[in-house]
Amino acid sequence: MNIVVCVKQVPEPTGTNQINPESLRIQRDGIDAVLDPADEFGVEAALQLAEAHPGSTVTVVSMGPANAIEALRRGALARGADVGILITDDALAGSDTLATAKVLAAAIKTVQPDLILCATESTDAYTGMVPGGIAQILNMPLLSFAKKLTVSNGKAIIQRQTAGGYQTVEAVLPVVVTVTGSINTPRYPALKGIMQAKKKPVAQFTASKLGLSADQVGEKGAKEKVVSWTPAETRQAGTIIKDDGTAVEQIVTYLASIKVI
Amino acid sequence: MNIWVFAEISGGKLDRTALELVTKARALGEVTAIVLGSSAEAQAGLLGEYGVKKILAQSDKVFEEYLAEPAAEVLGTLVEQHKPDLLLIAATYDGRDVAARLNVRLNSGIITDAAEIQFEGGKLKAVVPAFGATILVDVTLETNTTKLVLVRPKAFAAEKVAGGTPAQVEKISVAIPERAKRARIVENVVQASDGPSLEEASIVVSGGRGLKEAANFELLKQLATQLNAAAGATRAVVDAGWVPYSFQVGQTGKTVKPNVYFAFGISGAIQHTVGMKGAKYIIAINKDADAPIFKFADLGIVGDALKIIPALTEELKKRKH
Repeated sequence: MNIVVCVKQVPEPTGTNQINPESLRIQRDGIDAVLDPADEFGVEAALQLAEAHPGSTVTVVSMGPANAIEALRRGALARGADVGILITDDALAGSDTLATAKVLAAAIKTVQPDLILCATESTDAYTGMVPGGIAQILNMPLLSFAKKLTVSNGKAIIQRQTAGGYQTVEAVLPVVVTVTGSINTPRYPALKGIMQAKKKPVAQFTASKLGLSADQVGEKGAKEKVVSWTPAETRQAGTIIKDDGTAVEQIVTYLASIKVI
Repeated sequence: MNIWVFAEISGGKLDRTALELVTKARALGEVTAIVLGSSAEAQAGLLGEYGVKKILAQSDKVFEEYLAEPAAEVLGTLVEQHKPDLLLIAATYDGRDVAARLNVRLNSGIITDAAEIQFEGGKLKAVVPAFGATILVDVTLETNTTKLVLVRPKAFAAEKVAGGTPAQVEKISVAIPERAKRARIVENVVQASDGPSLEEASIVVSGGRGLKEAANFELLKQLATQLNAAAGATRAVVDAGWVPYSFQVGQTGKTVKPNVYFAFGISGAIQHTVGMKGAKYIIAINKDADAPIFKFADLGIVGDALKIIPALTEELKKRKH
């Protein structure tokens, strides 16, 4: 099986995200960057499927700055993915969700995949629009919000998270699947894997090499524009106390003061 | 302005977000609701109560049998034909899937996660909370075509109009090609919980990793019962399988705006707080004095949630007698 996993390098999620005051984009320069933790589940799902279907290839695809190759190697190839594709090009900076879907779809197309795995959304921008966009461009069904995934007899079957429980949904390959954090427990890269990752092939593309014109991508092609931003009104901390055995009393008194009991 | 709302049907009923969206749409211009599902036409009465004058309804069970694609086909075709100024879609699971496809099909671009929408001099301006709602970003779509906006559930409160009458129904029958019938829904499993729903409860009692193990979530449920509250959970807890996803509050889960929100053993990760920051009062209990949740809790107790939960349940029981 030919499996593709879409991944993204994001600012270290435990840090505080900032906006670059000039570009009005997420500040990425000088910020520690990692493979999006949400992508580890897609990588793991791909590796497990590849193990269950011998002869499979796992290709990880990413769009990002040149240094995103590090996140590809450390986060995905070191865990066992076979090949990397990085689309990197100054012209891509500032791409919106539509442009990102176009770029990734064009790169993925070169691989002719049976299955494309993505996180439900990235940890930094969380729009969640890219996987469905890729599915639309590549004319594939999307099986979204999967908490369980099996592939057999040329079909993918998922359990899809819903507001009230879950749905079982199936589609014939090729498909795009978005996975949630409950689908598996991602493995840690082993030392051997980290060493091997350094030698694994990573193909690099520019937008024009993928046949995308400059007015379709990046800041220039973005239809969604940030106009300005303001700090949100923050809630103030109220009373913080250390439990000295009176916690229940304090809570009850508070609930009474706001007339809940 | 010609404002369209994709009024989603879920489980045979109009989704609550549909009423939130039409309420907002009323303030922006003339509203048309698009209703797709086997009971589409039956929604005219309820939508009318919320000020909708006209609905485009396609009654077909195909919308309940396949994910996203049939709805995206119909919406895409209708938008191409009628070119409304704005199409609002709620950021539900199904809404997000439909919107992602329309973004590409209409080559329109999209604003996601909008919490406020307005037109300023004919120009669309939406406010999107970013970085866990620590900043508010003003965004626009620089296009001449229909603007696509995905709206955060609960961003707008649904309000009826005085003397609303049933919306006029225009039946439509957009052809849905076979290729749109691919992601087939084989079964729907509803994992019902007791008591009020998360979205409607005036008190929500949520637990995080600090509850240590699945069995301890039962303690939380007992407290919820005592308070006539809904029980909620963080993503870590649902991912760990302690409770079903239907309990999840946060970015990928539900947005709640109760009167009181209890956060037991919840550190306050952005993923979670975006779903509960709208609560009127927040009470947080956490062992870690540095937990981010204490930065905005109204009452914060640095202590052991596992001791406090059962003790509080007992105390509330006593008070009832």
